[in-house]
Amino acid sequence: MSAGPGISAAAAEPVNHARRVIVAWLVLSVIATPLVAVFLGPAIPPGNGSDEASQQVFDNQVMTAVITPILCLLVVFFAYALTRFRAQAGEAALDGPPLRNEPRVQALWVAATGLIVLGLAGFGTFELLETGAGGGQGPSPIAEPGGTKKKLEVQVIAQQWQFTYRYPSLGGLESAQLVLPAHTDVALHVTSLDAVHSFWAYELGVKADANPGVDNVAYVETKGPRVFHVRCAELCGLWHGYMFNNGLVVDAADFSRWAASERKNFAPVAKYMPAYSHTYLPEPQRRAG
Amino acid sequence: MRSVTGKLALAVAGVVAAGVLIGFYVSKLTTQAGSPTYTVPVKTGGAHPVVDLTIQTVAAVGPALSPNPDWVSFLVRDASGKWRRETVWRLPAHATVHVTIYNFDGASGLRNPFLARPQGVDGNRIVVDGKPLAVLPPDEASHTFAVPQLGLIVPVAPVPDDARNQCGYAPCSLSMAHRTETFTFHTGKPGHYRWQCFVPCAAGWITGFGGPMQTIGYMDGFLDVV
Ligand SMILES: [Cu+2]
Ligand SMILES: [Cu+2]
Repeated sequence: MSAGPGISAAAAEPVNHARRVIVAWLVLSVIATPLVAVFLGPAIPPGNGSDEASQQVFDNQVMTAVITPILCLLVVFFAYALTRFRAQAGEAALDGPPLRNEPRVQALWVAATGLIVLGLAGFGTFELLETGAGGGQGPSPIAEPGGTKKKLEVQVIAQQWQFTYRYPSLGGLESAQLVLPAHTDVALHVTSLDAVHSFWAYELGVKADANPGVDNVAYVETKGPRVFHVRCAELCGLWHGYMFNNGLVVDAADFSRWAASERKNFAPVAKYMPAYSHTYLPEPQRRAG
Repeated sequence: MRSVTGKLALAVAGVVAAGVLIGFYVSKLTTQAGSPTYTVPVKTGGAHPVVDLTIQTVAAVGPALSPNPDWVSFLVRDASGKWRRETVWRLPAHATVHVTIYNFDGASGLRNPFLARPQGVDGNRIVVDGKPLAVLPPDEASHTFAVPQLGLIVPVAPVPDDARNQCGYAPCSLSMAHRTETFTFHTGKPGHYRWQCFVPCAAGWITGFGGPMQTIGYMDGFLDVV
């Protein structure tokens, strides 16, 4: 970008276009980057509903901050080139001078882009390995937040077209509502009984595919009591768009109360439930007859 | 060669046309899919209306009611006693709804036994042939009537395989082998609530969940609460 496009128009007037572009870029970047990092980054979902969600907000802040100067450079360069080097009405269309190697520019370009890409890859990998970032990690997760610290296990069962939730620590209790205790490490084991679904607990920053016969583990550390939204994020048939409900994070006392009342509700069907398992392959797969 | 403005206008027109088409299909699908709305008559009016909803569930809907005569279906009985294959039902808000289901179909069984527990209905009980039940054995479920947004799940008891005088094509008359199931629920605030069957009851479809299980007018519909 240093000298190339400037030469044809600049033959008569010794203008350093590169310097102009760089100065404009620096000014714009210095103004825009902190604004984006402080105001735009945190406004990108999912909010601060869990530790993982907050981590995602931080990641968004870092990435938008890194991207902003790059975007500024492109905007400034295009704006400058489009206005400064635009052909005037009636002007003969002349070919520009041939482009030649500029080793310093090339080296700088490769080094800068390499540094940014590798830096973001390193940052992303570090962030991902810290907690799994709320994503489904398959049956053998490698990024377990808090090491092997004991977590509350909750199974997410997707089916056409509703999520239900099973709590092995509450005697295999199943519920149509997801209720989690506040300030707790939770291991979500996501599976499906039929088609491919995707469990998306929006404000908790959790998204994990629900595949039949697969145990997909995602971790989340809840914060204070709140309501969050659960949606299916994988097109799964007629009522895919209606496959949503609200989940709750509640304090310990409310969680115990809820568990007690759900236990009562669950009691009549308990004897028919299969033993708690990380996957189920239920019959009937096809109606007889 | 076309002008830039012309090209731009063409591109905008293309995007708008695609949007209108997608919107049309999506709205058709998520509202009523061409299925007419049946307004359930109000028995007692006022702030807390009372409504009777009478349904039958059938193994084969028959050529008189559908171009897919072998599909399973729900039917609703109108004020004149006629059975209609309409599954979008308009109900008043904050109403008590007394539902009677006449089931003429056999058992298919639930994939998730949890859904055999009646929920979201008065007493969390269903009454099957006069007998109150807190759960139906999951393997016996013939269909369910479920409105997940209202937390309502009701399993439907089956006609035994060896029952005599079984109904072939709907509409089925009450002189044929059937189970009678009743329960009561409340509509709450106005809204557009989808309902569905959870039993993989669609014979011949992969995992029993195609065809009538994915088509409004058979095993799926809406409660249009106004
Ligand atoms: Cu789904
Ligand atoms: Cu059914």
